[in-house]
Amino acid sequence: MTTLPQSTDKKLGLVIDLDTCVGCHACVIACKEWNTGGYGSALSDQQPYGAEPEGSFLNRIHTFEIVPEGGEVIDQSADSRVVHFPKSCLHCEDAPCVTVCPTGASYKRAEDGIVLVDEDKCMGCGLCAWSCAYGAREMDISAGIMKKCTLCVDRIYNETIPEVDRIPSCVRTCPAGARHFGDLGDPQSDVSILVAERGGFDLMPEQGNKPTNKYLPPRERKPLSDAVNTGFEAANSDNVGDATGFFGWIDKTLSKGSNNSKVGEE
Amino acid sequence: MHPAYSVIFFTTLTGAGYGLAALLGFGLADPTMLSAKLGYFLALGLITVGLLSSTLHLGNPKNAIRAFSQWRSSWLSREGVLAIVTFVPVTILAYTNIFMDMHIGWLGWVSAVLSMMTVYSTSMIYASIRTVNLWNTWLTSASYLLFSNAGGAVILTALLALFEGGSGDMPKIAIVALVVAWIAKWFWNKRQSEGYGGSTMATATGLGHLGKVRLLERPHAMENYLTREMGFRVARKHAAKLWNIAVLMGLLVPAVMLAIAFGLQGSTTAILLSVIAVITHMIGMLVERWLFFATAKHAVSLYYGDTALDVK
Repeated sequence: MTTLPQSTDKKLGLVIDLDTCVGCHACVIACKEWNTGGYGSALSDQQPYGAEPEGSFLNRIHTFEIVPEGGEVIDQSADSRVVHFPKSCLHCEDAPCVTVCPTGASYKRAEDGIVLVDEDKCMGCGLCAWSCAYGAREMDISAGIMKKCTLCVDRIYNETIPEVDRIPSCVRTCPAGARHFGDLGDPQSDVSILVAERGGFDLMPEQGNKPTNKYLPPRERKPLSDAVNTGFEAANSDNVGDATGFFGWIDKTLSKGSNNSKVGEE
Repeated sequence: MHPAYSVIFFTTLTGAGYGLAALLGFGLADPTMLSAKLGYFLALGLITVGLLSSTLHLGNPKNAIRAFSQWRSSWLSREGVLAIVTFVPVTILAYTNIFMDMHIGWLGWVSAVLSMMTVYSTSMIYASIRTVNLWNTWLTSASYLLFSNAGGAVILTALLALFEGGSGDMPKIAIVALVVAWIAKWFWNKRQSEGYGGSTMATATGLGHLGKVRLLERPHAMENYLTREMGFRVARKHAAKLWNIAVLMGLLVPAVMLAIAFGLQGSTTAILLSVIAVITHMIGMLVERWLFFATAKHAVSLYYGDTALDVK
């Protein structure tokens, strides 16, 4: 049925920390590895060793540069920053990809809110991918079937694998701890608390999809220009400031016997 | 959006076919003459070929039969169901017109209403897609319905000229239908300046508060399904030229031909001009429908830096 459930018991989803993500793409590969051999048809590649390799992926990392007003590039106004931006299905509450589906292949589960494709029903018309603002759905060119993130539905409830692995593959593999998985419908869950504390936000709220996945903004930081002043000046001057302990001892020892007395005593 | 030929032929051919079926339903052709008989044959042909064409872009057509199941929520499913239902009155009327020299008035109205409901459903497949701001307007439905009627009227004019010795007031009706349809289309086309509606790279990334967002690196070096399907770009100068061709072929040439044909009612020249009007109008509609897809921008392009997508 492609009508949406009134409400879901749980709202399972991801929280992605844009401050922590280092853009290593490990989650992309872990996702592909798990999902090409698990749920549904394989994630095919076209010309994998050819001139123009491409394939189906359920998770992709974009990289953006944000330049504040008055800034041009890094080191000039010194405030521009690079943000790596992982993007996969947001398991929207008001998922247009489900309601547009003519065959009943797309559905949203009433128990946990996961949006899935029943591949035995999909006719590969592509309308659901058109309706998704986030580019979360990709037609597999070989199978002619729509593929999307399943939130690793075949891991998270899988009692044949160790409990520590019962989270989505991308979350399990992230070396930076930038991806979090949990029930965003429960205000007391770790992910909900994280979203509340860090000011998690929705992507394109104006599209009206009510996405479940949340993104945590990059933390505020001191302007790079401050770091430039302290860092470079220290390296290029004799002033070691008020070094104490080990570095103080080195400074004192190295200063002995030279013509210069300790800079601080001049 | 990628302009798939199967979908372009689907929308233009079924549009003209349903438009013709609706006008025939109003009893505008004489059931004893070849105009009505051939008209129904043509309407059913256009609809059938158009619907078959729509299945050509499916990745997994063996499941196409399931597309009739989700009419509660899906406009594509509703379109499928209505298309099948509409075959019933149109086929019955085709039979009575062709073999019994008879038109059934009330069934004609049913056929006309169902035809227009089907075209409306087709238009809503596109108009209900929020991610494509250019489509997401009632003007999409208005132009689909009006173009359907205009196409039907132009074809019917030619049929009447060919087989009833004159088209009566049909050329005038067709010209008015053409002008009205293109007025709706002109307002629709003006909305291109609105871009993605309210969505920007700032809302797509949620990073607008930090400054101006630009794409530094795409997620993949080569193309993928998304960039080919949603990221299709037509160069602005080509789009402008094609728009002029669409207006010329879809509106101006057929309107002038029909106006002259109206003045020369009954002559061979009038017949010839009416037929030329049909051919040029259909060519114009194909160009119009190509632009309908090619000039539409999808919100996902924002994640690819908007203009970073290749111009095809």
